[in-house]
Amino acid sequence: MNTKLKALWGGYGTVLVLAAVIFILLPLSLDLFRLNLVGKYLTYAFVAVGLVLCWGYGGILSLGQGVFFGLGGYCMAMFLKLEASDPESTKIQSTPGIPDFMDWNQLTELPGFWLPFKSFLFTLFAVPLVPGILAFIIAVAMFKRRVGGVYFAIMTQAFAAVLSILIIGQQGYTGGVNGITDLKTLHGWDIRTDEAKYLLYYINGALLIGVVLLGRFVIGSKFGKLLLALRDREERVRFSGYDVANFKVFIFCLAAMFSAVGGAMFTLQVGFMSPSFVGIVPSIEMVIFTAVGGRMSLVGAVYGSLLVNYGKSYFSETFPELWLFLMGGLFIAVVMLFPNGLAGLSNQWREWRDRRRPKAGGTVTPLTAPPAGATPPPAGKDPLPPVASVGGGR
Amino acid sequence: MSQHVKKDEPALKAVARLLRGLLLGAAFLTPALALAAGPPTAEVNTTGLAVTDTTVTVGQLHSATGTMAISETGSIQAERLAIEQINEAGGILGRKIEIIQEDGASDWPTFAEKARKLLVNDKVAAVFGCWTSASRKAVLPVFEKENGMLYYPTFYEGLEESKNVIYTGQEATQQIIAGLDWLAKNKGAKTFYLIGSDYIWPRTSNKIARKHIENVLKGKVVGEDYFPLGHTQFGSLINKIKLKKPDAVYSIIVGGSNVSWWKQLKAAGVTADKQTILTISVTEDEILGIGGENMVGYYAAMKYFQSLDNENNKKFVEAFKAKYGKDAVIGDVTQAAYLGPWLWKAAVEKAGSFDVDKIAAASPDIELTTAPEGYVKIHKNHHLWSKLRIGEAQADGQYKVLYESELIEPNPFPEGYQ
Repeated sequence: MNTKLKALWGGYGTVLVLAAVIFILLPLSLDLFRLNLVGKYLTYAFVAVGLVLCWGYGGILSLGQGVFFGLGGYCMAMFLKLEASDPESTKIQSTPGIPDFMDWNQLTELPGFWLPFKSFLFTLFAVPLVPGILAFIIAVAMFKRRVGGVYFAIMTQAFAAVLSILIIGQQGYTGGVNGITDLKTLHGWDIRTDEAKYLLYYINGALLIGVVLLGRFVIGSKFGKLLLALRDREERVRFSGYDVANFKVFIFCLAAMFSAVGGAMFTLQVGFMSPSFVGIVPSIEMVIFTAVGGRMSLVGAVYGSLLVNYGKSYFSETFPELWLFLMGGLFIAVVMLFPNGLAGLSNQWREWRDRRRPKAGGTVTPLTAPPAGATPPPAGKDPLPPVASVGGGR
Repeated sequence: MSQHVKKDEPALKAVARLLRGLLLGAAFLTPALALAAGPPTAEVNTTGLAVTDTTVTVGQLHSATGTMAISETGSIQAERLAIEQINEAGGILGRKIEIIQEDGASDWPTFAEKARKLLVNDKVAAVFGCWTSASRKAVLPVFEKENGMLYYPTFYEGLEESKNVIYTGQEATQQIIAGLDWLAKNKGAKTFYLIGSDYIWPRTSNKIARKHIENVLKGKVVGEDYFPLGHTQFGSLINKIKLKKPDAVYSIIVGGSNVSWWKQLKAAGVTADKQTILTISVTEDEILGIGGENMVGYYAAMKYFQSLDNENNKKFVEAFKAKYGKDAVIGDVTQAAYLGPWLWKAAVEKAGSFDVDKIAAASPDIELTTAPEGYVKIHKNHHLWSKLRIGEAQADGQYKVLYESELIEPNPFPEGYQ
């Protein structure tokens, strides 16, 4: 392989392979039901890709990404619910024309904050912007005060708890613990048909590839280098004259908006949204997807989401009583055997091969060659496994 | 479900499937001809469900893990017992029932995923499952879209009716109105204090209770309070109750909160002879956690108590304990779950088919005289006609039945109570 090809491969090869897997391999080998499940897993991958940027590169561990995933999903769900609640199909209610759960909760008119969601255009903007603005407020409040590391992680957890309690408590306005269910059409287009499911799967895949490419662009830019620098030596970057907080705010908002797009695609593909994605537990699960895939690899994060969720579905179908233990075993095994996640496997393998080479070839290589992959900082040199380095972002 | 034949299936896979089908067909042909006790499969299964000449596959979809597992285990056990008994008695249309169990994991999106898996992938003929309203709401669109059949066991808030669901528990009016009437008549209750956990079922139930108290009983609601699920501090509520001295407290506190609520009542010196309380959310299962001594003398309104004195129930309790141990208790929902497979069997036999459309059409007016609760009949709105009983809690964790109503018509959309 000549160097030019290699460079191209290192640049976009992994993304091309991912695209081939998403667009060709999976649709050909799975039936629609499984493909729809994969589509659901891929919506979590948006969150995982965002976490690679903000946790892997920026060193900002967020245990509240479910907040943004959920808000994006709720924005989409509100639009779909309003469309599903036309006066004709809700005529058995005391107040026809409002969503069914409002009627059950004795609301007699649509609350004001629901009104803009009658517009599809507004919804399209709201999906990334509402979570984006919330992330901005959180990030400015925290990072300008130089709150970081573990303290920031705890704060994000608190936000996840607050939002899920708020949604569950205000059931007249949000659907409560049931969530927003029974969504049918998008602008008159039935999202429950087989054709719609295929189309949504491909849209979802295209958006995900777009997000991964955007992520690559960010990492490859000067900004990406600065991110790494401030992850490893924040004080030094600050003393070099950079306003560290602004960089952190930006990357956190970007990750939040990625998550929100995933949430909206989730609502479209699964047909409902519920507060069970907003809380602390799902948010931590999303961090696990990233850790399993490798927190320094955008593409790895996608595979991580697929693997963990496939494992979840497979184990729970095959061993309904035991599956939680098997999932626990999987996480422990990944953290112990591949501390750098799936993406770290290639480096690990290379190191292993280099160690063996002296014996096989008879020559002694004094130093292991630096990993050839494009993925920056050699994960193999990171002394801490991903999950253990919770406080790593100083 | 012929419309779900995959259009984009690769040719290779289709060929493989065809070959497999031929092989299987050849393998089954001979024994099937010899054994077939029931009608041929082509006749009883025109929509491609998982029915063979000797078996029929059904799904079971409850939470085996997570916070709801403790409540749903009883339903899983009861449904398995019923299916086992049906199989021992020869199955349905000459076919043995096989079960595919899926775990909803107390997570509503998981319920939706597993429901789709059971219907689309496994093509099960019926599903027995769900417990909370949230899980039912999550799977309902799936059942309607894929045209499946769900037997749902829990008493719930009503306001729902679907061709694809048979509700074997009570809808709200069946559990509430007769209970309040009993309180007014036997306890002279005029003032009521309504309390509940904060979600759709308690809120809707209390809405119906309030309308009935104010419009029919001409009584007064002196307070109405809601608490988040899992709430454990009831001190201020108990003080408010002591202050307002209602003739009766109407309690729809659910799940684990019950333990704190009843224990704190006792600790605050409130006992059943001083304060009448009627609950519709504490079955024998919950009393296990609360402790019978903390509940003595309070009342519950249910359609079933384990202590019901009739032949059907004696047999049911005996079989349940033989299978699951002598300390097993049976609550209202467990019994309703037990009805599911039996009602499905009756519908299949009446329709002479496993087709969901035919079962849905055949279900109304199906009667079950062998039900542990006595006698039930399916209404055309797919709910059950059932009685309401008032039980008084005993120290041993059982209820003593004080009152039994006539059969009550299910009315999920009650006029004047909305």
